[in-house]
Amino acid sequence: LNLDSKNIDWQLIEQIVFFLFGLITIGGAMYVLITKNVLYAIFGLLLTFLGVAGLYVFAGADFLAVTQIMIYVGGILVLLIFGIMLSGTPTVHKKNEQKITGKANEILVGQRNQFWAICLAICIFLIFLKIIIQANFNIINKELPHETTVNKIGIGLMTDYIFPFEAIGILLLIALIGATYIAKKETSNK
Amino acid sequence: MIDFHNYLIISALLFAIGLAVVVTKRNAILMLAGIELMLNAVNINLVAFSQYDQNRLQGQMFALFVIVIAAAEITVALAIVLKVYHYFKNIDLEEANQLKN
Repeated sequence: LNLDSKNIDWQLIEQIVFFLFGLITIGGAMYVLITKNVLYAIFGLLLTFLGVAGLYVFAGADFLAVTQIMIYVGGILVLLIFGIMLSGTPTVHKKNEQKITGKANEILVGQRNQFWAICLAICIFLIFLKIIIQANFNIINKELPHETTVNKIGIGLMTDYIFPFEAIGILLLIALIGATYIAKKETSNK
Repeated sequence: MIDFHNYLIISALLFAIGLAVVVTKRNAILMLAGIELMLNAVNINLVAFSQYDQNRLQGQMFALFVIVIAAAEITVALAIVLKVYHYFKNIDLEEANQLKN
C-alpha cells in the first residue's frame, strides 16, 4: 500500500486529527465547567474521555485507549449517571439553585467562588506552561517505532508487575464490597 | 510525528480545568467528575512520556493502575454520596456540614 502516491500530506492530516482530539478533550472539560445542568456536564465528560482515548492512540498506547473507553466510558460514566439519577431529584429548596423546573432532566448545580476558582486554574496552568517550556527534554524528536503494546503489557503484568497486579485486584474487590456495604439500606432500627 | 509538548500542554489545560471544576461545583458528583478530569490529565502525561520507553512501558503500566484506582475510588465515593443523600436529602456540599447528628 503506497500512501505517498496520492500526493497527500499525511503528516498534516495526522496533526489535524490530533488537534481535533485535543479540542474534543478540552472542549468537553470546558463544557463540564461552564454548564449548569448536571446531566449535560456528564455528557461533556463523555466527550473528554473519548478525546483522551484518541490522544492515547496518538501516543502509541493502543491497549490503554481501549481500556480507557471500556472502564471510563463503560463503567465510571454509567456509575456517575446512576449516582445523579439516584440522588439528584430536583427538590424544593430554600435557595433557588435546585428548584423544580418542570423538566425531568434539568438537575441544576450551583457554583461558588467562580472568580477565584478561575484565577487559581489560570495560575496553575501558567505555572505548568512555564515549566513545560523551560524544561529541556533531550528525548524529544526521536523517531518512534509505533508497534502494538498488548504483548509487552501482558508479559509485564505477569512478570515485573505481578505484585501490583494482584494487590490491585484485591483492592478493587475490597472497594466494591465496601461500596455495597456502605450503600445498603439499614433495615434494622437498632 | 506529533510534537511532544502538545501532550503536556493539553494535559496541563485539562488539569487546570479539573481543578476549577473541583473548586467551583457544589454538587458532590460533579466534584468527583473534576477529580476524574485531573486523573485523566495525569494519565496523558504518563502515556506521553511512556512513548520513549518502548521496551518496558512503565508509564503505561502506571496509567493502567491509575485507571483501576480511579474506578475503585469512584465506586466508594458514590456509595458515600448516596448515603449522604439518604441522610440530608441533598448532595449539596455546603448543606452537608455535620459528621454526626
